[in-house]
Amino acid sequence: MMLEGCGSLLRHELRLGWRRPHEVITPAGFALVVVTMFSFARGSGSDGLAELGPGVVWTAALLSMVIAVENMYSADHEDGTLELLLLSPAALPLLILAKTTARWLWGAGPLLLAAPVLGWMLGMPTASLPLLLVSLLLGTPTLYLLGAFGASLLVGQRQGAALVALLVLPLGIPVLIFASSMLELHAAGMDIVAPAYYLGALLVLALTFLPLATATALASNAAD
Amino acid sequence: MFGPLDKLGSPPTFYRFAEAALPWLGGLAGVLIAAGLVLGLGVAPPDYQQGEVYRIIYIHVPAAWLSLLLYSAMAVAALLGLVWRMRMTHVFALAAAPVGACFTLITLVTGSIWGKPTWGTWWSWDARLTSELILLFMYLGFIALQEAMANDRLAWRSGAVLLVVGWVNIPIIHYSVEWWHTLHQPASILRLGTPALHSSMLIPLLTMAVGLMVLAAVLVLQRMQAELLRRHAGSNWLKEVLQA
Repeated sequence: MMLEGCGSLLRHELRLGWRRPHEVITPAGFALVVVTMFSFARGSGSDGLAELGPGVVWTAALLSMVIAVENMYSADHEDGTLELLLLSPAALPLLILAKTTARWLWGAGPLLLAAPVLGWMLGMPTASLPLLLVSLLLGTPTLYLLGAFGASLLVGQRQGAALVALLVLPLGIPVLIFASSMLELHAAGMDIVAPAYYLGALLVLALTFLPLATATALASNAAD
Repeated sequence: MFGPLDKLGSPPTFYRFAEAALPWLGGLAGVLIAAGLVLGLGVAPPDYQQGEVYRIIYIHVPAAWLSLLLYSAMAVAALLGLVWRMRMTHVFALAAAPVGACFTLITLVTGSIWGKPTWGTWWSWDARLTSELILLFMYLGFIALQEAMANDRLAWRSGAVLLVVGWVNIPIIHYSVEWWHTLHQPASILRLGTPALHSSMLIPLLTMAVGLMVLAAVLVLQRMQAELLRRHAGSNWLKEVLQA
């Protein structure tokens, strides 16, 4: 019963995205533009770009996450869906997990598909491209869980992306550190297991506790 | 269930308590800080490695302690507020946040001033410096969230959850930054060895630490009083207190 509710919410969210593709694809487009801007901002010539590559892709992922989650409850809050979700027998943390999954699929999915091309454009060695994907796969869900938490604090407020960014990005620093050190260690020919485990551990921690915190904030903000 | 804490949870009792305690605490802070400064800047011997420069420790280290202490106190208040719905916890967090942010800023600035002559650079992405900077962002995030929300009760629910999540994250952020630092930076930067402090340096340091702690208490109490004035303007108990 509980999982059924979550499954149908997930399908509903994905269908909404499918019907309004221009809205859900925007964060990924934003990420692509950010990556492009970096290569202009560091001047002509391509030396040093490869070294920056992972950092650039990861910064773009981080920023596009803020855009993707910033309004994730606002439509539901305005038309009353959120109150129905609060009243539903399914556990609120699980419903939040379903919504976050949908946001992640729409926001980070296209970025994951584009990441090899972006890395290649930035001059990263082909051998490290799969690892870039692995780091994004392990790291971005944690970021989206953090983002879903940050957005829940501001439900019903007019404040937008900037405040969510200020609240959430500092908490995302560990993910950024371990993801980039994974790629750095790989480039130096060293073992990447340690940072990969840390990324996984952060994801498990975030999956376990953040939906609970999000539910607490959401329940008090939406009920009012 | 908290005995005396329960009584302080009532605004009138708290306001009167603060009114009575503030002169004593203020005097105590003044005496301790003056003594700490005289001992630290005058009496304590110069460091055998760093000479006179190290004396900035007497403001830098207590400020760093306070920056963490105040955030932790706010997180504890957040837990109390979430679980037992004590209203005064919000008043405390609102009052403590700017004070904590100021101590964090003092830590960063004095650390930077200290870093120039000893490390040869104003700023390095050292683990402790970076953690402190992130702590500043977390203070600013909380303050911005409170400013953004007009409804006091909702603001505190959101803010309290944020404080608890942030508090759990502090060790994670600290250790990940430390890990990152050891990965990036070879021992090129002159790290201060931290020898056990001799008592001639430790006593002034502890005096300053306690003095600044009392000062922080004074500032927080005053700000809490101001917040109570704002919230309870026009109430009868406030009229009685102010006319007395």
